[in-house]
Amino acid sequence: MSKQYETVIGLEVHVELATKTKIFCACSTEFGGTPNSHTCPVCTGMPGSLPVLNKKVVEYAMAVGMAMNCKINQYCKFDRKNYFYPDNPQNYQISQLYLPICYDGGIEIETKDGGTKTIGIHEIHMEEDAGKLVHDDWEDVSLVDFNRSGVPLIEIVSEPDMRSAEEVIAYLDKLRMIVQYLGASDCKMQEGSMRADVNLSVREVGAKEFGTRTEMKNIGSFKAIARAIENETARQIDLIESGEKVVQETRRWNDDQGYSYAMRSKEDAQDYRYFPEPDLVPIVISDEWMESIKASQPELRPEKMARYQSEFALPQYDAEILTSAKRLADVFEATTEICGKPKKVSNWLMGETMRLLKDKNMDPEDIRFSPKNLAKLIELTEAGTINGTVAKEVFELIFAEDIDPEAYVKEKGLTTVSDEGELRSTIEQIIKDNPQSVEDYHNGKEKAIGFLVGQTMKATKGKANPGLVNQILKELL
Amino acid sequence: MSLLDLTAVELSEKIKAGETTAVEAMEAVIAQIEAKEETLNCYVTFDKEAALKKAAEVQKKIEAGELTGPLAGVPVAIKDNMCTEGMLTTCSSKILNNFIPTFTSEAVINLEKAGAVVIGKTNMDEFAMGSTTETSAYGETKNPWNTAHVPGGSSGGSAAAVAADECFFALGSDTGGSIRQPASYCGVVGMKPTYGTVSRYGLIAYGSSLDQIGPLCKTVTDCATIMEVIASHDKKDSTSIARGDLDFTSALVDDVKGLKIGIPKDYFGEGIDPEVKNAVLAAAKTLEEKGAIVEEFDLGLVDYAIPAYYVIAAAEASSNLERFDGVKYGYRTANYEGLHNMYKKSRSEGFGAEVKRRIMLGSFVLSSGYYDAYYLKALRTKALIKEEFNKAFAKYDVILGPAAPTTAPKLGASLSDPIKMYLGDIYTISVNLAGLPGICVPCGLDSKGLPIGLQLIGDCFKEKNIIRVAYAYEQSSDFPKCPAASMTD
Repeated sequence: MSKQYETVIGLEVHVELATKTKIFCACSTEFGGTPNSHTCPVCTGMPGSLPVLNKKVVEYAMAVGMAMNCKINQYCKFDRKNYFYPDNPQNYQISQLYLPICYDGGIEIETKDGGTKTIGIHEIHMEEDAGKLVHDDWEDVSLVDFNRSGVPLIEIVSEPDMRSAEEVIAYLDKLRMIVQYLGASDCKMQEGSMRADVNLSVREVGAKEFGTRTEMKNIGSFKAIARAIENETARQIDLIESGEKVVQETRRWNDDQGYSYAMRSKEDAQDYRYFPEPDLVPIVISDEWMESIKASQPELRPEKMARYQSEFALPQYDAEILTSAKRLADVFEATTEICGKPKKVSNWLMGETMRLLKDKNMDPEDIRFSPKNLAKLIELTEAGTINGTVAKEVFELIFAEDIDPEAYVKEKGLTTVSDEGELRSTIEQIIKDNPQSVEDYHNGKEKAIGFLVGQTMKATKGKANPGLVNQILKELL
Repeated sequence: MSLLDLTAVELSEKIKAGETTAVEAMEAVIAQIEAKEETLNCYVTFDKEAALKKAAEVQKKIEAGELTGPLAGVPVAIKDNMCTEGMLTTCSSKILNNFIPTFTSEAVINLEKAGAVVIGKTNMDEFAMGSTTETSAYGETKNPWNTAHVPGGSSGGSAAAVAADECFFALGSDTGGSIRQPASYCGVVGMKPTYGTVSRYGLIAYGSSLDQIGPLCKTVTDCATIMEVIASHDKKDSTSIARGDLDFTSALVDDVKGLKIGIPKDYFGEGIDPEVKNAVLAAAKTLEEKGAIVEEFDLGLVDYAIPAYYVIAAAEASSNLERFDGVKYGYRTANYEGLHNMYKKSRSEGFGAEVKRRIMLGSFVLSSGYYDAYYLKALRTKALIKEEFNKAFAKYDVILGPAAPTTAPKLGASLSDPIKMYLGDIYTISVNLAGLPGICVPCGLDSKGLPIGLQLIGDCFKEKNIIRVAYAYEQSSDFPKCPAASMTD
């Protein structure tokens, strides 16, 4: 390859908002549920039904926009996007085209070389989600579940400012963190509460014009997005190098097979016949409303990081890790509130929790244990009721099943053996059984005592107080 | 005197006074329906047993003193584009030939709460698109004054049912004149309120930004009374307005002294039937004699109303009618291959010609590359028309004119020339574009014995002005009863 190319990427990210009810009716937004159990005439598009806007959707959209440094359209409107598909009960989607609620913003990401870069936000608009089609191959029918129909979404449209998969992932990480910190969404890609469409083109380095772009829709994970970007970049460069043209089209990325295929080209792109939604009145956002949203913005990551260092005297390193995900920060704060030992809590979260998350391929958002149980575990350890080894074992159970450590330790008899008499007789037996180690110790091999400690722990099933074991051993030897 | 000769308000008074019952009133209506329906075809759905049962329940509540309102016990007919829970609601279309709603329209709920008893659902132009009630998939309705003529539309079934005593009053909907024009053709009172006064929840939309529900009835007193019952601020309809001035019956005053009435010269130019013109101007004379100040003025932009209306209404309709796709309810074609073929065949077979024409027109004006030239331009025209009315209402309390340029045309005469049919809406359409209230009261018969309607237009929220003028005029006029109505006496 003689020429140097750069990749130009823009993202459209759909985020399901964490409102209790849908955007235009009072139905629950809860994920799952028996098909069509969270529905009413409005979200199933029954004739004669009319939408009524959920105010909370506007507030979340404004909050996200403000956190992403956007301008707010204080007079904004909904528009209808018309297209026929059975998951769309009215055959139009209520969205925003002409006057989206937020526009002209940007968020800062860290780049590979340690610098920062601003990724522009073109606009953020509000819209309703569609239902879900269920294809029953056995019966040869397709069924529609409208539970998700009318769940509120915001679509965050970036400028084409990203140049690599790393930048895209950094942008998505940052975007997700902001939205989670605001409590506007849990942003779970596997449950579809966050979905990304990738617009990508390549051009020669130094070129002013953009190349022809393709769009890859609804890619299911950050890793898949990175793979899709690498693959699409290579595909487009190959086309150009071989003298062919990139076709403007929508492609579907198949992550299992590691390739994408064309879904539809620009020529058969639909004309959505957008026009202002006549069933909804324009949204007029007063200065006061905007101020109140601004005033109630929750603490975002930079403020949280600073506070953890000043209020809890945590090292910067701890503060960075703990605030890297909203859920982690929440668990940290709640646990510290109960047990009052911030550094201990931090150690458990940065150490064992992160290790288990990584092992199990989970996100911090998936943490299910309650702060109460972690706090109890810390108290048990601090009081010397259990030792470190036992604590780690118990924590795995807390992590997996959120057990009550106090009850568990009692039930399984895991309390540290601190009864000196009992321990002394166990150790006497171990010294008797291991003459070689005793001799090694006396010959100056300090390490030999470690073996004897280990044997003692084994004999007491790990429950012995390690300090006491050392003390007795030295005494007896 | 037959019970059927009573107005809605008079009937309810007699029921509450124990001189008759809701059941007797319903029985009288049923007898009239059974005698006339075969000729007139006012109803799509009429459930005799259910209506009688409901009337008996209401009668009990009246006797128990639970229902005391001015419409308690009165049989009412509902246009078939308003949802009624458990009762077939077709919009006079094949595509909804089996559609039974799970909820009732807010306006109908308001009537039922007041003790009015629903008889059935009246015939209309399919999806309210038409001016003759001939586009119904369930046969045309005939004008009770002369069955060779149309009753007007789209609320033709409601207007004809009122004229022929097949109900005591009815609800219609008005997107471009669909209450006022059939009221004019059938010699009854019909009113379209200010946009946002009556909830649209449950009204199957045609042109959402123009649609309003309103009464078709025998007198202005009935009209004001019904308006008080159906008007409400409904949180389920975002375009519904909270108003504190819904005491419409307070305007039933026979006094127009000093009221300023403007007559747009533009409404009496080319195309108006001289008999209509004379009758309307005679009505103006009557009001002048009663002390109103009447003068002519130039309204302006009258010619632009029709194209602007057909762009906006068709655009909204093309989108509103997308949900009728054969997937969830309504008609689905018998044989199809795959999803798109099912959509195409269901919609091709389910919709009639006029509906298809407007869907195509609406889809075209919204399509990429044409949106600015048609839809946006129509919206700007709409805003300018509103400004013209603002100027007029700075000078006048009420605008007076005809409701339609002619009396009811003969059956079959209109559909062959849709442009001509559209032009017939010239006096009513701008009222919808500007969101204004308008009322139509009968003001005479032409030489063929067909009714002529007088239209009074008010500024937004000024229903009371037009009710007052309509009431005063009604007191000084002597409009005959429809021959079809009196035949059972």
